[in-house]
Amino acid sequence: MQINVFFDRENKEKTIEVDENSSVKDLLGKMKINPVTVIVSKDNNILTEDEKINDRDKIKLISVISGG
Amino acid sequence: MNCCKEKPIIELQAGQKLCKKHFTEYFEDKVHKTITKFDLIGKKENLGVAVSGGKDSLTLSFILNKLSKRNPKIKIEAIAIDEGIKNYRDKSLITAKEFCNKHNIKLNIYSFKEEFGMPLDNMLKVLDVKPCTICGIFRRYLLNKKSKELRLTKLATGHNLDDECQSIMMNQFKNNIHLSARLGPNSGVKENKQMVQRIKPLYLCAEKEVTTYAFINNILDEFNECSNITKSYRAQIRDMLNDLEAKFSGTKYAIVNSFLQILPDLKEKFKEAEVNYCKECNEPASKDKCNACKYVEKLEKAKIEI
Repeated sequence: MQINVFFDRENKEKTIEVDENSSVKDLLGKMKINPVTVIVSKDNNILTEDEKINDRDKIKLISVISGG
Repeated sequence: MNCCKEKPIIELQAGQKLCKKHFTEYFEDKVHKTITKFDLIGKKENLGVAVSGGKDSLTLSFILNKLSKRNPKIKIEAIAIDEGIKNYRDKSLITAKEFCNKHNIKLNIYSFKEEFGMPLDNMLKVLDVKPCTICGIFRRYLLNKKSKELRLTKLATGHNLDDECQSIMMNQFKNNIHLSARLGPNSGVKENKQMVQRIKPLYLCAEKEVTTYAFINNILDEFNECSNITKSYRAQIRDMLNDLEAKFSGTKYAIVNSFLQILPDLKEKFKEAEVNYCKECNEPASKDKCNACKYVEKLEKAKIEI
């Protein structure tokens, strides 16, 4: 399935292909992003790592790292 | 284990999952316990909050403003330093101004350009110096000097658990253990009237927790990164610690908690016999001239040579 991911740190939207029944943790693993460094949101709600994601979901990754 | 029937938004290091309401209580409780445990705020204060416009300083201002509303004897006002970093500080200062306006917090802004003659971007063109070094020296200098002028009793900064952990490891790896003696939740020399005591109420809050709190309270702005940060040693230590944290949950807490156990001994070992004052500006200095005045002199020379 395909997930639309916007990563604020890169200011870019990407389409990521993941297996059916994937979780947030699987998505971050596929993108090689350390879960410690982001919070993940969908429709302005925060998702935990074990939550399942669905085909065509629009996900936003928010960097927790300070910019300065 | 979930805290209640509501949807969780965060999993804590111990495995407990908290919903929005319980996370807010957990986070605010942690900040208040930090303030109490380390005696950071007295019954009557004129507190300054160092504000950058980033999530840490806005979260801190948000919480201290709540505290101030409950305790009228604790007054707060914000201080921001405009270093002069194009496309970074100009943007974050807009956020800081909007936030302070919305929450009715007085904001005092001081710039490198007005205080030292040129913005940081220009300083880096005329001096061969690491950006974070000169920026840090001038920023700390101004924060202390202006806090005294504003008659602030203490200056609160948004340093969090991750920041402290990075500083501890940087000092360790570079054999700068004497610098670690100045760390801790209440840095600065308490007895020295020329030095406004700095306090770190977010000391035990992980960066992810701070971001989560900022997100659910709508005080998280668009991501904005200083163009100089990628060059810094701190950024490399930060990435290393985050990799370790992902593999071994609780690493950062362990580093900071074990550091807190040895901090009293470090402070005793590196206690300065007497504090010197800069012959140029009378600010505290380790030698006869403070680092800020040394760099001001270098800037003057560099301007003449150009």
